Amino acid sequence: MASLKELTHRPDLLTGGHRLCAGCGASIAVRQVLLGANAPVVACSATSCLEVSTTPYPYSAWKTPFIHNAFENAAATIAGVEAAYRALKRKGKIDKDVKFVAFGGDGGTYDIGLQSLSGAMERGHNMVYVCYDNGAYMNTGIQRSSATPFGASTTTSPAGKMVPGKLQWRKDLAAIVADHCVPYVAQASVSHWKDLVEKAEKAFAVDGPAFLNVLAPCPRGWRFPNEKTIELAKLAVQTGYWPLFEVEDGVWRLSFKPKDLKPIAEWLKLQGRFKHLFKPGKETLLEEYQRLVSNKWQRLVERCEAGQPSLVSG
Amino acid sequence: MARTVAMTGNIGCAYAMKQINPDVVAAYPITPQTTIVEEFANYVANGEVDTEYINVESEHSAMSACIGASAAGSRVMTATSSQGLAYMWEQLYIASAMRLPIVMHNVNRALSGPINIHCDHSDSMGARDAGWVQLFSENAQEAYDNTIMAIRIAEDPSVRLPVMVLLDGFIVSHAIDRFDLLDHAVVREFVGEHRPVNPLLDLDNPVTLGSFSLPPYYFEQKRQLRAALDAARQVVKEVFDAYAAISGRRYDFFETYRLDDAEVGMVVLGSTAGTARYAVDVLREKGVKVGLLKLRLFRPFPARGVARALSHLKAVGVMDRSDSFGAEGGPVYTETKSALYDLDKKPAVVGYIYGLGGRDTGPTQIERVVEDLINVAGGETIKSPVYLGIKE
Repeated sequence: MASLKELTHRPDLLTGGHRLCAGCGASIAVRQVLLGANAPVVACSATSCLEVSTTPYPYSAWKTPFIHNAFENAAATIAGVEAAYRALKRKGKIDKDVKFVAFGGDGGTYDIGLQSLSGAMERGHNMVYVCYDNGAYMNTGIQRSSATPFGASTTTSPAGKMVPGKLQWRKDLAAIVADHCVPYVAQASVSHWKDLVEKAEKAFAVDGPAFLNVLAPCPRGWRFPNEKTIELAKLAVQTGYWPLFEVEDGVWRLSFKPKDLKPIAEWLKLQGRFKHLFKPGKETLLEEYQRLVSNKWQRLVERCEAGQPSLVSG
Repeated sequence: MARTVAMTGNIGCAYAMKQINPDVVAAYPITPQTTIVEEFANYVANGEVDTEYINVESEHSAMSACIGASAAGSRVMTATSSQGLAYMWEQLYIASAMRLPIVMHNVNRALSGPINIHCDHSDSMGARDAGWVQLFSENAQEAYDNTIMAIRIAEDPSVRLPVMVLLDGFIVSHAIDRFDLLDHAVVREFVGEHRPVNPLLDLDNPVTLGSFSLPPYYFEQKRQLRAALDAARQVVKEVFDAYAAISGRRYDFFETYRLDDAEVGMVVLGSTAGTARYAVDVLREKGVKVGLLKLRLFRPFPARGVARALSHLKAVGVMDRSDSFGAEGGPVYTETKSALYDLDKKPAVVGYIYGLGGRDTGPTQIERVVEDLINVAGGETIKSPVYLGIKE
């Protein structure tokens, strides 16, 4: 894998001057993933903060070919680009080796784009799909998605007198994609840049579809100061809310295993979207939260320690 | 050499696709289109084409992948029907806005609900404002010819728009018809090499497609789309001429039949033209001065030509195989009536809705229309729309 020094010499394909917020995790995720391509790459984005903020006509922050089609179909769109590449390469009309990557937020990936993603993964296109997961529909103003954490207050799952924010646990998208028997799936975080770039390199290197689920904190949606993005991403990993793992040819492996998990409350208390959980009388909710995180973590550890592929690709 | 065959309309369309040999086909099965993509899948399986065939998981992804593949710089085709076209609706507008020359068959089928698999035009009429060229086919010959011509129209530098080739579900798609095929080499030379404009795969000249366009730009971009569709009229004419030179079959925006000396006339789309032509002959035998205008190009609508062709009539009956609920009549009726408005001496116009959900439309129904038109020519008024062959 490339050293930090080598990475600094790779071109930045998403240039500065885009209109994403200060402290936005999405642009960090995209830049780190693109460093891992290390080859000509065509990028696609679902409708999202990323798309509207990087392509306000007539400007573009993309220094590599880029296409945005619609909200739910980044996977199908890049699949079409990749198919065209294969056809034209076979006919000798293109000679370069080109990589293909699609980016989507959690709304565009876990929810409305799930069918398109599933189809593209199953068909085996040589492409990387990256979900930058900030846990809500941030572009439209912080609405709940199936990636929103339990207990988070969003504009469509507000914490009220009777309902303490979102009542459901996050969908385990990486596991769902892994069950498509694709060669590479990983979960990563913008806080662990080396891990993320290495995973991106692996994702681009495999022959076939790869999926990366990258935690990308959102200061506006999570309600924390702009400068704490990396701290929040790191705590999500250290508390076990966002484990780092990879599934290579069906074999599950933890990328980071702390000796002891930090209490989930340490991550929750820094975010305004969870502040109602810290009001008097909500102690049982916090206990339930910790139980859920610990159980999910334990199940993941067991899955990884089993050392046997649950499903083998090919 | 060109040869005469007996094939269904769908197989004829698939065969034209084989001759065109597109780079990418992304498609999803739906009745009555399915036999097109099945037949094409056979060509792929047998190595008769060089196409990358994407078996997508939905029509939405079919058009999404077509957009990606066309934007990448490849020649792209697909096919659908009814619910599939409706499911693509969002993508139809994006394809035309990106000026992507995708060619798609839509085998006309009624829209749900209630669910029905048979022919009417409500699916493609729902897409008439999407910025696509729409070419209708009366029979398998026209469906085959339109497929080949559509490539040239779509890819013309002054057009660069997607084209929809329409054929009536089951009536044209599944009936075996006798028609003529061109040689592979003639078709390949006619469609030529695809020359994409600003493709994504030109890595040395990176482009951004599908930008976020705000009020200072969006309006002009849509205005340019209209300009391109208007320019398509001239290109369609040129391609029709070029095609006549290789096939001997001469097409126009519309075809008239015994209309020149007629007093009343009908406007139809698609396969019903055959029935109407037969009815015109029967009525002409009886001395009735009736004629027919069969539209081939619905988008862009050839308004001036249609108005000129109908201007001498006393009454016109416009046949719509789809309804536009809440409007004065079906879409062909409102287009035709609007086209006639600028004439000093206008024919009376009656709108007919017929054949929804595959209801059979025979010569008796056409004769009923002509009877009405003769009465209207004589001064009677008939309120539109009239529902033909309905039980009420």
